[in-house]
Amino acid sequence: MKFPILRSYAIIYLLFLYAPIILLPIFAFNDSKIVAFPLSGFTTEWFGQMWADSQLRIAAKNSLTIAVVTATLSTILGIFAARASVRYDWKGKGPIIGLITLPLVLPEMIVAMALLTVLLSMGISLSIWTIILGHVLVCTPFAVVILTAAFQSLDRSLEEAAYDLGESAASTFRLIILPLVMPGILSSFLICFTISIDEFIIANFLGSGQPILSVYIFGNFRFPARVPSMMALGTVLVLLSITLLIIAEYFRRRGIAKTGGKDTGGFL
Amino acid sequence: MTNTATTDRPDMIEFRDVHKYYGDYHALRGITATIKAGEFFSLLGPSGCGKTTLLRTIAGFESISSGVVLIDGKNMEGVAANVRPTNMVFQSYAIFPHLSVEENVGFGLRRDPMSKADKAKAVAEALEMVGLKGYGKRAAHALSGGQRQRVALARALILKPKVLLLDEPLSALDKKMREQMQVELIRLQRQVGITFILVTHDQEEALVMSDRIAVMFEGQIAQLADPETLYRRPNSRKVADFIGTMNFMPAKILSENGKVEVEAMGFGRVELDASQVMGSGSGEVSVGLRPETLTILFEGQTATDRESMATVEEVVYYGDMTYYDLRLDGADHPVRISMRNVFGRPVLDIGARTRVAWSPGALVLFR
Repeated sequence: MKFPILRSYAIIYLLFLYAPIILLPIFAFNDSKIVAFPLSGFTTEWFGQMWADSQLRIAAKNSLTIAVVTATLSTILGIFAARASVRYDWKGKGPIIGLITLPLVLPEMIVAMALLTVLLSMGISLSIWTIILGHVLVCTPFAVVILTAAFQSLDRSLEEAAYDLGESAASTFRLIILPLVMPGILSSFLICFTISIDEFIIANFLGSGQPILSVYIFGNFRFPARVPSMMALGTVLVLLSITLLIIAEYFRRRGIAKTGGKDTGGFL
Repeated sequence: MTNTATTDRPDMIEFRDVHKYYGDYHALRGITATIKAGEFFSLLGPSGCGKTTLLRTIAGFESISSGVVLIDGKNMEGVAANVRPTNMVFQSYAIFPHLSVEENVGFGLRRDPMSKADKAKAVAEALEMVGLKGYGKRAAHALSGGQRQRVALARALILKPKVLLLDEPLSALDKKMREQMQVELIRLQRQVGITFILVTHDQEEALVMSDRIAVMFEGQIAQLADPETLYRRPNSRKVADFIGTMNFMPAKILSENGKVEVEAMGFGRVELDASQVMGSGSGEVSVGLRPETLTILFEGQTATDRESMATVEEVVYYGDMTYYDLRLDGADHPVRISMRNVFGRPVLDIGARTRVAWSPGALVLFR
């Protein structure tokens, strides 16, 4: 290594990024209500407490519902927008696709406040569905960006070849296009899912007081006695994220192997 | 290569004053031509001349702005690509990467009511026809360029189309592979008897493979003829320049009555047949001559027709051939000629004086 400073910088950077996360499982198994070193012993009590928390279970269920519905809707909307922008030319395409992807750089705060105002003035009562509405708005741009890349990597003549061989536009989409952009669809789904499940601002603004995971965790952190079981929950969420990442990477690699493409990066 | 029998075959494709606009861009400018059934036909031209667009109007991928396209006597207006009796081999081959070789080849049979066993048999036959017997189970992406080419051919031919459209199918292959595939395509076309329409920018490829060639420039057909006519009697300097090499010398018309008498720089006075005269008379007058129609005379050899004196200005040795730039006496620029390096024949040096034999019959007059 030519630049020792750069090397230590990289190491410090990674430590800063991941060391706090490692603290989660450490304190989740620590036999003390106080989150501090030295550790006092091993226990699974916090996991038991977490499991017994009926409010937490409702929150988890709500959040999962929101995340799955959001990911599904955003990905479907993303497919429409990406396909339209890659395959067809229409008037105003540039500005329209630009506006669709604008929320990527729009503060969520603004989206949340604006939506809340509109919903309230329309007399729509807040529920997990209003949260889903907000999340779809925030996630769709990610879906569009990911899927546009997936559609762009498709050779247009594949589509023409299927059509030339007697298939209709619909069956061409089903038999050729969909299988080939499937890795993109999966990535889009998983990213939207992840964004939705840990989203706080919209969930807090547009929620009806029904427990939502991110809001619930934030609320519980105010009570020191509840912190260790939140650490346990955090540990579970970290494991869940790693699992999702591995699944996503598996499908991405399989997709590449199947089509004989060149691996141009990825997570693992 | 010329297949004289094609002239009395029925028409397979007919273009009647076909125009195509992309916005303001006039891509096809009044194409009128017929392609015979069972013919190996090439659309030849530089990139952007409209040859691929014309091919795609046959396939149905491109709509036409005006005019008529007939396939086997039927007007193709409003007929979608997926029901036209044509199949296409794409420049990129468009092999479905997520399917196996046999799934690719059998793709077009998906909607066919024939039994599974019959379909498998048809796929096996198609693979054998293109020399890929036993490759059915392979993953499509694991194939080489030449093999993909064959899969694309098998996939298109399995539907027994009336017309097979080939969009620069050999351009992605290396030289050896390309020459091999040229021969195989000719063999395949004779075997199946289907009309092949090839788009290419490679004049040699077109000459080797085609029964007839349409040379296209700027959305128009400049000349439509068999390869020999195209080579020996190009109808314009542009066509002559695009196909092979041609030497041009300024000339002056002295008299015309049936035959045309001209005075050409370096060649002197020559009398040309009406069939050797090209052009409307509005262009500048010049004569053209292919490199192989001039022959250096060595000691003891005599010309059977005309003989001139020349000076060697440049020598390019190619192994089997030597190219010379010769300045004919009285000419202001050299002509390029080619000599086969027959055993025992010396290679001349730059500056050497030599006699050259040529024949007025090999000249073409452009005016």
